[in-house]
Amino acid sequence: MTPDPITKLMLDILRMPPAASAHAADVDQLMVLVHWLMAILFTGWSIFFVYVLVRFRRGAHPVADPRGVRGRWSTFVEGGVLVAEVILLAFFSIPAWSSRVDAFPSAQQSTVVRVVAEQFAWNVHYPGADGAFGRTDVTFLSATNPLGLDRSDPAARDDVTTINRLNLPMGRPVIVYLSTKDMVHSFTLPQMRVKQDAVPGTVQPVWFTPTRTGEWEIACSQLCGLGHYRMRGFYSVQTREDFASWLAAETAALAPR
Amino acid sequence: MFLKHFFSTDHKVIGLLYAFTALFFLLVGFFLIVILRWQLAYPGQPVPVVGPLLGDANAPGGIILPEFYNQLGAMHGTIMVFLGVVPLAVGAFGNYLVPLQIGAPDMAFPRLNLGSYWFYLAGGVVMLSSFFVPGGAANNGWTSYPPLSDLSPTSGQTWWLVGMLCIILSSLLGSINIITTIVQLRAPGMTWFRMPFLVWAQFVTAFLLLLAFPALQAAAILQGMDRVAGTSFFLPSGLVVSGRPLDVSGGGNALLWQHLFWFLAHPEVYVLILPAMGIVAEIIANNTRKPLWGYRLMVYSLFVLGVLSFLVWAHHMFLTGMGTAISAFFQATTMIISIPSVVILTSLILSLWGGSIRFTTPMLFALAFLPMFGMGGLTGLPLGLATTDIPLHDTTYVVGHFHYVVAPGTIFALFAGIYYWFPRITGRMMNDTLGRMHFVGSLVSMNAIFMPMFVQGLAGVNRRLWDGGMEYAHAQGVLSLNVHMSIGAFALAFFQIFFIVNLFASLKQGRVASANPWDATTLEWSEDTASPRVYRDPYDYSPPGAPRDFVPQYVARVVSSGPAEG
Amino acid sequence: MDIPYTTDVRPDTGLTNPKLGMWLFLASEVMLFGSFFSSYALLRVGAASWPDQSAVLSVPLAALNTAVLLASSVTIALAWRAARQGDRAAYRGLMAATIALGIVFLGVKGSEYADKLSQGLAPSTDVFLGLYYTMTGLHALHIAAGLAVNAYLIGPGARMWQAQHARFANRVELAALYWHFVDVIWICIFAVFYLL
Ligand code: HEA
Ligand code: HEA
Ligand code: CUA
Ligand SMILES: [Cu+2]
Repeated sequence: MTPDPITKLMLDILRMPPAASAHAADVDQLMVLVHWLMAILFTGWSIFFVYVLVRFRRGAHPVADPRGVRGRWSTFVEGGVLVAEVILLAFFSIPAWSSRVDAFPSAQQSTVVRVVAEQFAWNVHYPGADGAFGRTDVTFLSATNPLGLDRSDPAARDDVTTINRLNLPMGRPVIVYLSTKDMVHSFTLPQMRVKQDAVPGTVQPVWFTPTRTGEWEIACSQLCGLGHYRMRGFYSVQTREDFASWLAAETAALAPR
Repeated sequence: MFLKHFFSTDHKVIGLLYAFTALFFLLVGFFLIVILRWQLAYPGQPVPVVGPLLGDANAPGGIILPEFYNQLGAMHGTIMVFLGVVPLAVGAFGNYLVPLQIGAPDMAFPRLNLGSYWFYLAGGVVMLSSFFVPGGAANNGWTSYPPLSDLSPTSGQTWWLVGMLCIILSSLLGSINIITTIVQLRAPGMTWFRMPFLVWAQFVTAFLLLLAFPALQAAAILQGMDRVAGTSFFLPSGLVVSGRPLDVSGGGNALLWQHLFWFLAHPEVYVLILPAMGIVAEIIANNTRKPLWGYRLMVYSLFVLGVLSFLVWAHHMFLTGMGTAISAFFQATTMIISIPSVVILTSLILSLWGGSIRFTTPMLFALAFLPMFGMGGLTGLPLGLATTDIPLHDTTYVVGHFHYVVAPGTIFALFAGIYYWFPRITGRMMNDTLGRMHFVGSLVSMNAIFMPMFVQGLAGVNRRLWDGGMEYAHAQGVLSLNVHMSIGAFALAFFQIFFIVNLFASLKQGRVASANPWDATTLEWSEDTASPRVYRDPYDYSPPGAPRDFVPQYVARVVSSGPAEG
Repeated sequence: MDIPYTTDVRPDTGLTNPKLGMWLFLASEVMLFGSFFSSYALLRVGAASWPDQSAVLSVPLAALNTAVLLASSVTIALAWRAARQGDRAAYRGLMAATIALGIVFLGVKGSEYADKLSQGLAPSTDVFLGLYYTMTGLHALHIAAGLAVNAYLIGPGARMWQAQHARFANRVELAALYWHFVDVIWICIFAVFYLL
């Protein structure tokens, strides 16, 4: 799917990070459209502005005409701006948003993972082969067990946990259950066009479908303390085989414990 | 006696007190950000010149610590908004001009007016002192989101809350005064639709202050309780901080603060812009020598803006987990609220048509306001659409957006106002050459600072990063812009010298001005202030058949020969 | 320069300056308490559990306080009428009664606080008690401020009685307006904290 030249031109101007998820195209398309609208309006106004300043400067036009502009075209411009905004809103933004927050895929078809933010790291929790997350509780918290996972819970036996490392298979929806242990953080995957605040006391579901393999970074977008700037994690989108073997290796590493 | 001015109840004196205090705070806020910009450009390198003065707790060896970086950012935002721009726009321009422009003898409640200034001063002193408490000033962003701010170890955050409460009381008294004055003390003949646009802007602004600030007042009290009395209004159960379960009862809601804060802070941004629009409108009418185009429509737009500004606050919170219906509502109100701004700005540009435009120094700043506000306003649109806000939220794109509206926008309008009304206040003109140098230098450097922020933001660089994004791979391509922006900020600082020199030198040495040096129509330029009477619309410029190209509001009849002034 | 319309009404707006100022102030206060009540609603709706409010707090004491405040609203309204009619003795008596009732209110409130605290029920106990102390505390501060104003109007402020009687009566009216407002807020608090 190659974008049309006009879209492409604006995309080149905007230079966003490479898009690597299924819905990124929707986000980028709206971004392009709204920036075209802005560019047209700004250019139009600017041309008029400069023209007026030159034509009606005191030297060229010593006596003002108090009547000013006649005609109703300013109303048309203003109405036009409103119509354009309503179109962007109703046909692009709201549908795209709705597919983000309402149309969650089923858990069976998806890679489900918990991400728990804390000052200043991303804790990642995979349910393992059984598909069930083990019990967590504050009493189990420790430096080596930042999630507080209760390893005696049967569901927890095969759970894989990592810090600042999120691996995902390509071409399959991902559901992230996002939460935080302390402050407000914001879970950001620039290439996925994903950003979601982690709000204390709540679990926020986020979903997306990676469409390209790659190795990128998780950023924190919400001021969360003095280490906010270095609250960086890594994520990689792998082929399904690579992901499966990575997960298998991680699970195997659990066995002796 | 210098100190006696601090006890005067004359609105002109209070206005000037406000003006100088606010300019001082603008300078402080600017100073903080220049240091911050050094750190962004050259992370981890000692700050030259002032580095050793910053204190070992903040910047050992002149190198800014992340904690101190966060103080600089939070206090820059707070000081600029609450102690700089609003007091200058409302406290100074409002106090000085509103009574004069409507022909009132003074503000309706002169003593409350003085009280308002004192509370403001107290708030400012508290905020500044907080830099010197152990742990330093508030460092949780000007937004002070809990739990971070609730749990912030520095008592500076508590001082911040106290300072905010003082400022809120100040603006409460001030806004009651402005509204009452406008409703009650208009001179005979000054009907509602003969009021200058600036007065309308101040009127709507005062309502915003009156009705929006209490939400932050409540929020500040709740946060104060959390910090001092151990409540947990903003702390949900089960928090674990630094590996240890937090010892509070829990049960609170972290988003409650955000709702209360933005319920204030969105109207607050219109408080930052409406008086600026008012100033620009006055200056444009005067320097085009023709009436404002669409004056009534502009006034109605102000009211639409005012009302709607209470219904858009959650567009700052799109990514806190919002369903389709609620996000659709806030996106829709956000799009709709952009229209009155478009109407006002379009009317202002159209006002230029047919004029005889004089490019005086105030006019230059006022004209530059239009495209600069346009840039800031237009970049609000992708932020206002929740879908495009996903990649842009909390990036430097947002920082660019609002600085275009507040810095080359509002600050330029305020500069314009200072150049324009300086002769009314002092009887002397400010120097034109210095003024033009100040203008050109500021315009270029402002754009040099804020334009690259859009580029960085689109590339995904976040705001409030101590190292300017150096860690992140996606930032590498645009990292060098940090240096360019900072050089822009240093240049901007340099060009302010022209302004400061001009301001103080002109007090004594400026060219002596006549009573009405700009040939303006509004009442504040009338020589005879005893008991003014108003006979006409505010901008009766170039009326057909008049002997000169303006007829002031206080002139009864146009006499076809001889000077029109009464 | 004298400010017009401090005492007499501006014909086209039908208001005096202080009256308008007071209404604006009260509008701001409505937003303040409105913010608190909204916070209460949000916190309660989102809470995992909420105590049985009327079991924690003392409904009879609060009912008593409601009666006291309502009575004080009546006395201050009558005090205003007396002031307008120039009946100085009645004014003094009624205003003193208002003040006395306000003090009773604060006394009852204080004993309620002391009682709760002695049972170990502090603001930090849970969100409900936190809200209770914060909002009733803020309300009590408003009562205290009103008492100060009323005391001024019976004491040093009453020197205006002779010289500027109309102005003085207006002041009493504004004090009464404020007092009624504080009363209304209390009724909302009573309903929300004790009855709901
Ligand atoms: C004065 C201040 C001001 C003004 C006027 C505005 C105006 C607008 N703002 Fe902005 N905003 C802020 C100050 C302001 N904002 C601040 C301080 C923040 C960040 C706070 C923080 O997080 O710290 C912010 C953040 C912010 C966000 C949150 C972003 C995020 O955090 O993700 C959003 C989202 O909707 C938004 C939208 C808008 C919109 C749609 C407008 C609209 O009202 C704009 C309408 C205007 C136009 C559409 C332009 C019309 C122009 C012309 C007609 C002139 C053209 C002329 C020539 C070219 C000559 N703003
Ligand atoms: C009204 C509001 C306002 C204004 C005017 C400004 C003005 C400026 N701001 Fe600021 N800014 C904010 C409000 C404002 N800012 C807010 C709310 C934030 C967010 C904070 C947060 O993250 O929480 C922010 C954050 C912010 C950042 C991001 C920090 C970060 O993310 O970590 C940056 C970075 O460059 C910045 C830069 C600047 C610059 C260079 C100016 C320049 O335009 C400054 C220009 C100033 C002047 C030109 C001063 C003129 C005055 C004089 C010359 C005085 C004369 C004095 C006498 C005569 C006595 N600002
Ligand atoms: Cu976590 Cu910023
Ligand atoms: Cu906003």
